[in-house]
Amino acid sequence: MTIARVDRRSQRRPVTSGATGAADPTDASALRRRQRRGSRLTALAFLAPLAVYLAAFYVYPLYRNLDLSLRDYTVRSFVAGDAPFSGLDNFRTVLDDPTFGPALRHTMVFTFVSIAFQYVAGLALAVFFNRHFRLAGTLRALFLIPWLLPLIVSASTWSWMFNSESGVLDYALHLVGVAPVDWLNSPDWALSSVIIANIWIGIPFNLVILYSGLQNIPGELYEAASLDGASAWQQFRRITFPLLRPVSAITLLLGLVYTLKVFDLIWIMTKGGPGDASSTLATWSYQLGFGTLLPKFGPGAAVGNILILIALVFGLLYVRVQRRQEA
Amino acid sequence: MTVRKGSRRYTVIGIVLTALMLFPVYWMINVSLTPQQDMRKSPPDLLPLHPTFEGYRAVVDDQMPYLGTSLLIGLGTVALTLVLAAPAGFALAKLRPFGGGILGLVLLIAQMIPGIVMAMGFYGVFLDLGLLNSWWGLIIADSTIAVPFGVMIFTAFMSGIPGELIAAARIDGAGTWRTFRSIVLPVSRNAIVTVSLFSFLWAWSDFVFANTLDGGGEWRPITLGIYHYIGNNNQEWNAIMATAVVASLPAAVLLVLAQRYVAAGVTAGAVKD
Repeated sequence: MTIARVDRRSQRRPVTSGATGAADPTDASALRRRQRRGSRLTALAFLAPLAVYLAAFYVYPLYRNLDLSLRDYTVRSFVAGDAPFSGLDNFRTVLDDPTFGPALRHTMVFTFVSIAFQYVAGLALAVFFNRHFRLAGTLRALFLIPWLLPLIVSASTWSWMFNSESGVLDYALHLVGVAPVDWLNSPDWALSSVIIANIWIGIPFNLVILYSGLQNIPGELYEAASLDGASAWQQFRRITFPLLRPVSAITLLLGLVYTLKVFDLIWIMTKGGPGDASSTLATWSYQLGFGTLLPKFGPGAAVGNILILIALVFGLLYVRVQRRQEA
Repeated sequence: MTVRKGSRRYTVIGIVLTALMLFPVYWMINVSLTPQQDMRKSPPDLLPLHPTFEGYRAVVDDQMPYLGTSLLIGLGTVALTLVLAAPAGFALAKLRPFGGGILGLVLLIAQMIPGIVMAMGFYGVFLDLGLLNSWWGLIIADSTIAVPFGVMIFTAFMSGIPGELIAAARIDGAGTWRTFRSIVLPVSRNAIVTVSLFSFLWAWSDFVFANTLDGGGEWRPITLGIYHYIGNNNQEWNAIMATAVVASLPAAVLLVLAQRYVAAGVTAGAVKD
């Protein structure tokens, strides 16, 4: 990030601090105390709108969601406003549900496979774009497009490309002599389809972050390695990869947290189907709460809260890694 | 930029890779121009040989109100995000408030809460308040995606503003608010652009909140326009893809105009400069 240019001269001038002149020290310290209390209050005034907002539109909806998951809600109780407290019943219901196992497994597969491919592809592209060649900057910018498109756009485009009768992907398979696949409607391929689309969306994010990490590795290291006769692969293994470790950790953890949450893409492409072949915790939670004519808000909220717990584990890991890097 | 020998080969490889990556985007444009009778052709036409604009006519006929709503919601979200995030970022960066560290942690964790969970919670809250199916309810919900990010960007950026600049304003007799308004905000133009850009794009692209909180409203965003298109007439793919192309325009325009800010926004918070 660039900071706007500041007048150079101001940096050479010593900063005048404290009161000038011979004021009574006790007087001065009282004044300082008053000023400090004043600035504390000012700081609070600047933060107050945000604090009120966070309480009203973050904490309260999350509390409502927790409350939902601990009560026996029906559509009627939403209208009438009475829902008996049921403790952990909803969580028990959810854990005993035959969908829970597959949804958890799909969430893991979706997340780890997506992350692995996004990271490897992003890293390879970052190393590639780290060279100087004509159009490098423009092409790198174009790579951002998939990440910026509205998810519904990406999801519907991929849906059409995966289409069994007239999809371009089956046509490509046909060209190389492979039998067509009914991507979105077959239990064997639905999850792979949404993973492929998700990898495509995630590559730019990995590319940009890893590229900026590469930019911070001093060029002299590579020059020295070249003089010592290190091959490109050796340079990557001994210099690039080890020095990128911190950035890689951040990229992977952020990717984990984001990928666990993915909902739109899967919902628009397959609705978690066929059956529950591509349902994850996120889509299942939504399915329970909103996807049917008889909503099960309690269990839906319970699944959502389980998802929060998983996300927070990785999230706090991310915070730890980031804090350690700053130290 | 020094261009070394042999770089032409890299340029060619780079163009091929970019073309591969952007193939789905090309395909969306291609399908949007394909006449209805060629839609189910096998093999599909790889080029729009007989382009038709019937898909785009459908967009103009059906989707204009949705586009207007999305624009309104996007701009509203930008305004709300800036009003909340800029002063808070300044306070966290320069005023050392009580509990600032904890607030930073809360904002970081807030970005990790899954959207569907927020959507469910909002559904309950909005039902109580009678805010369901209203465009400004969506502005509030969409801003929750951008506000934590915005505060972090402003905090990071404003931490870099030299203390002397602020001290000088103080010496000249400006109060904190005046300093913030006349010194800090003008200097933070880049951060303002980055935060505005992302909060607009996220609000424009939002599907989860829209589908949960505004499914039956009179004012619905373009993401729902596409979604209902897919649901209602999954035969007219040229109209669906034409809508998708139009819905992608803001992202494309912002990328062309503000590429630097996009890259800055992606790496902010992830990589320390």
